[in-house]
Amino acid sequence: MTEIATPYIANKRTPMRSAEDLRAQIPGWGADLDPADRPSYPREQAGIETGAHWDFPERQPEKWPRERSVEHAFLPPVFGTSTPPAGASGAIRRHAYKYSEGRAAHWLLLIAADRVDAWEHHLKSFATLHPDNPITETGVAAEFRRDGLSSGFGQKRADTNHQWIDPIIVSTRWVLTAVALAAALKTLGKHRTT
Amino acid sequence: MVYRGPYKIRVEEKDIPKIEQPNDAIVRVSKGAISGSDLHLYHGMIPDTRVGMTFGHEFVGTIHQVGSSVQNVAVGDRVMVPFNVYCGSCYFCTRGLYSDCHNVNPNATAVGGIYGYSHTCAGYDGGQAEFVRVPFADVGPSRIPDWMDEEDAVLLTDACPTGYFGAQLGDIAQGDTVVVFGAGPVGLFAAKSSWLMGAGRVIVIDHLEYRLEKARSFAHAETFNFAEYDDIVVHLKKETDYLGADVVIDAVGAEADGNFLQHVSASKLKLQGGSPIALNWAIDSVRKGGTVSVVGAYGPIFSAVKFGDAMNKGLTLRMNQCPVKRQWPRLFEHIQNGYLKPSDLVTHRIPLEHIAEGYHMFSAKLDNIIKPLVVAGQS
Ligand SMILES: NC(=O)c1ccc[n+]([C@@H]2O[C@H](COP(=O)([O-])OP(=O)(O)OC[C@H]3O[C@@H](n4cnc5c(N)ncnc54)[C@H](O)[C@@H]3O)[C@@H](O)[C@H]2O)c1
Ligand SMILES: [Zn+2]
Repeated sequence: MTEIATPYIANKRTPMRSAEDLRAQIPGWGADLDPADRPSYPREQAGIETGAHWDFPERQPEKWPRERSVEHAFLPPVFGTSTPPAGASGAIRRHAYKYSEGRAAHWLLLIAADRVDAWEHHLKSFATLHPDNPITETGVAAEFRRDGLSSGFGQKRADTNHQWIDPIIVSTRWVLTAVALAAALKTLGKHRTT
Repeated sequence: MVYRGPYKIRVEEKDIPKIEQPNDAIVRVSKGAISGSDLHLYHGMIPDTRVGMTFGHEFVGTIHQVGSSVQNVAVGDRVMVPFNVYCGSCYFCTRGLYSDCHNVNPNATAVGGIYGYSHTCAGYDGGQAEFVRVPFADVGPSRIPDWMDEEDAVLLTDACPTGYFGAQLGDIAQGDTVVVFGAGPVGLFAAKSSWLMGAGRVIVIDHLEYRLEKARSFAHAETFNFAEYDDIVVHLKKETDYLGADVVIDAVGAEADGNFLQHVSASKLKLQGGSPIALNWAIDSVRKGGTVSVVGAYGPIFSAVKFGDAMNKGLTLRMNQCPVKRQWPRLFEHIQNGYLKPSDLVTHRIPLEHIAEGYHMFSAKLDNIIKPLVVAGQS
């Protein structure tokens, strides 16, 4: 019978480096060996001092009907005010928040709204002095300035095998959206005339 | 900077943010960074990422203005700000789960607040800007200690504590074999931290040779390039007596490479909440009864995870966004003891005006990039 290189026995076969060696070779080896020294052990700790001097935070003013998850009992006291929902994407977003976070509809509508949002802004930008510029906004110039070709060439990298899809997916999106917009305008037009 | 849609950002003038709640502060940013998590936003993968939003959840700066109830920091203080927005008083915060705060995110109950990280994470503008609103100024920010380098401070707002936290989630015992998927900043810090917890062997997997080189020099790890193996899982079994590793850390997240179909269906077509290639490799390559720690981020939509194997193998799966400030006191000690120098991973310093190119470089992994900082107010 041929010898089994790694028979399944009670212990690991590969010899381990000793604690002394590890301590000598690796700065700080074992400093947190005792779980009690690890800040997130145990996961939850009672009575953590956080610096808060309130039981419940004072509520920040709600300047527009703030969209919120139906899984919350009420509007939490503090929230971001970065970009209120607006336009068609805003309408889709407000609708998405009618579904709980457990429903695929919630997330798929939000993703759809994100795509509509980008299009609303691209189109709007063409009517301004600051239109969207795909060259500067995608930063592709870095490809030439920063070694783009040599970074991918002659090396085993798994991301170069699908990068060719990017232009196709990006341009297909532009085409599909244009078709969808045209269809939408057509339906709107019909509604108005009937 | 503001987001203009997938793969597009530009620099715009915005009003200086205002105090909205008495414990708010306005911080003038001196240095920020681009994080692996920002790439998920940039690629349009996180639902409810709105055009016009400013990204950036890693930043340090100076207190410019404070609300009426702020007492722990004052105008002029140099502060570092954890990426978590959190209240300090709710059920979760008082137990130390700062990243799971219940008082700061109306949009979702499954995640707390994160600066500049979509409306799913509450719609706060972020720190890739000159000024940023920082809620709960008495809770989140800390004064930067005099001895600390400002670049170290930036890395302590997310990447470094997240890697350290990821190693803790592995519940590493002395002599354990730890495999880390991903040699980005988070994975490199996780690998380095695994030694602190007594690992006997640390192995890092990626496909970017220059990052694996960093894993060897910075994190003293053994490395394997998964693109050079027909099946990296089989190779890892071979390396571990065909038992599997004791602990595996996923520091890759939603945009993992290595399986064409998974990557394209998730990253390109957005049909999944993330391509769980690295997570599935983790489940396959850990030993039965072992622990998988997940700090790589995934979107809220379902992903095709091999749950059956995780169950049959009796795995412990541990994960979270990192509660950053909880890690600081101990990490500060490790830095002062010379065990760790976070800014060793900084490869690029990009002026805010050129941030669009910074994003592209980091996304396409050009020019041997590992950690790009963003420097405000410099031309
Ligand atoms: N939990 C948290 O609190 C938290 C905080 C910060 C970042 N993150 C997440 O951690 C992850 C890593 O962040 P980062 O800043 O290091 O990002 P990064 O993009 O610099 O690093 C990811 C690395 O994974 C490699 N990779 C891709 N596919 C792989 C695969 N199948 N196997 C092994 N490696 C693979 C990439 O080449 C890259 O080097 C991201 O998902 C980010 O969102 C989580
Ligand atoms: Zn809280």
